[in-house]
Amino acid sequence: MLGFADVWIALAYISCIVSALLCAVYGILNWNNGNVPGEDDEVRK
Amino acid sequence: MTEIIIACIVYLIALIILGVRGYKTTKNSSDYLLGGRKTNQFVMAISYGATFISTSALIGFGGLAATTGMGLLWLAFMNVMIGVFIAFVFFGKRVHKLGLQYDAYTFPELMGKRFDSKMIQITAGAMIFLFMPIYAAAVIKGGVNFIEVYFGVPYHISLIAFVAFVAVYVMFGGLKAVISTDFLQGLILFVAMIALVAFVYKSLGGILPAHKALTDLFTITKDDPAVAPFVARGFQGWTSMPAAGSPIWWSLLSSLIGGVGFGVLAQPQLVVRFMTVKSTKDLNRAVMSGGIFILVMVGGAYVVGSLINAVIFQKEGVVALTAAGGISDAIMPYFITNYLPKWYGAFFLIAMLAAAMSTLSAQFHTMGSALGRDLGGVIAPKYKNSVSINRYGMVFVIILSTCLAWMAKYLEMGEAVIAKGTIIFFEMTICVFLPVYIGALFMKNMPKIAAEAGVISGAVTWFFWTFFLSRHATSLALCRIVTGKNYLLENTGFDKLAMMGSTVIGLLVPVIVIAIVWALKSASDKKAAA
Repeated sequence: MLGFADVWIALAYISCIVSALLCAVYGILNWNNGNVPGEDDEVRK
Repeated sequence: MTEIIIACIVYLIALIILGVRGYKTTKNSSDYLLGGRKTNQFVMAISYGATFISTSALIGFGGLAATTGMGLLWLAFMNVMIGVFIAFVFFGKRVHKLGLQYDAYTFPELMGKRFDSKMIQITAGAMIFLFMPIYAAAVIKGGVNFIEVYFGVPYHISLIAFVAFVAVYVMFGGLKAVISTDFLQGLILFVAMIALVAFVYKSLGGILPAHKALTDLFTITKDDPAVAPFVARGFQGWTSMPAAGSPIWWSLLSSLIGGVGFGVLAQPQLVVRFMTVKSTKDLNRAVMSGGIFILVMVGGAYVVGSLINAVIFQKEGVVALTAAGGISDAIMPYFITNYLPKWYGAFFLIAMLAAAMSTLSAQFHTMGSALGRDLGGVIAPKYKNSVSINRYGMVFVIILSTCLAWMAKYLEMGEAVIAKGTIIFFEMTICVFLPVYIGALFMKNMPKIAAEAGVISGAVTWFFWTFFLSRHATSLALCRIVTGKNYLLENTGFDKLAMMGSTVIGLLVPVIVIAIVWALKSASDKKAAA
């Protein structure tokens, strides 16, 4: 798979890319969420 | 050579400008220790990544990937998931809030104030001050090896010049200088690694042909004198996991994945970054740039580290380890020197210096504040908010780390000293800090006495396991001096246990101790109330 001898290595390779995509998607979806000092309530989209 | 010198000069001038800027805008301890809590999210994320990724990851672990293969990609996966996603989303936000709530400026101070325990602050500060120099020495060695190989400058002269440069901008510019230089260094690293990955894949004819070439290489070279010793220890090819239960498998599983993968959560120099941004909104945004940065840097290093075997074999008919004279830490520098175009070599040299400098600057800053604010400030509270006390602390730890790196020149080079130094410190943070750090962030009711017992039991277990029982003890030499054996389990029926890193037992002991002390405290409180 993907030229690797072992499916576990292929899985690791794919997992690396998927995990970074997850970070990117999370960052985009929560771009405007979170606490800003001085504001008591969470700022939601 | 001229292009390398020009590139170095431009790079060093940029660092000086950022160092001076940090110095001019640093007015108080908050500026010096936390960059004034106003760092931009993108700058913080790249700075976090650049601190996280040192030459240890690129040269040390790249070299390790060249000898043990792509199983290390599991570590890259954990670096992204745990080191960025979980660290930012779950830990970072809590740290940010508690840091503001307790007005804490350092990791030990955050833990100490959370449990109202000076003992925790002092112990955490002392563990950083005493053992982070091992990690710093590994990082220094990574940078200096590179200068030595590239410029032919003798080890000890490169060492002094390298340390002195970083020391000056960290000491004077504080965290503002550290973060802004980290950012610049991170950008250089990112571009360099993308170019390196592209170059290696292109040399082997594309992604799939490259993987295939590496898979086939094992069939051709498994009886090679450089490969056979690894096969005997469980190596089954660069694109296969090591044999289950073999020494390399154990080392990968417990030490690398467990130690370095989870260790990132409780790294004091990284945790502090969460307190430097203005809001938790910045942390949410930073997840994106942080995740992509770490994937490219760590994943890139491990993929390239393994694939260069195929590139080198095509030209020289030998594997990377043989080409680099049998020294794991010399594989990446050898490849860059001999296989990349000259202009890229110059750029990559800067990137390697940047990787070492960005990690080292954060280490100097963290060790200095541990000695200055956490130990000095608790013992002599009237100096707690002085910037100078941190600068004095820094001078001391810089000298200590430099001495260790000086001596590391004489250590056995083939033993992947850089990776080992990194692993030992990461394991320490897991055993000593992680259980109580999790308690500090997520368990409101954890009593002070349980937290104190957790820190102490973690420290004792980690120290005894690392310095006396595990195979790391061989390189650390303390066991040999005290008992005459390389490590206590040597040639006993439990020899296999010594292959495990300290994380399994070192995490288990403090967790059990915390649970027992907590239960006893609850029982005694109930009794007193009744």
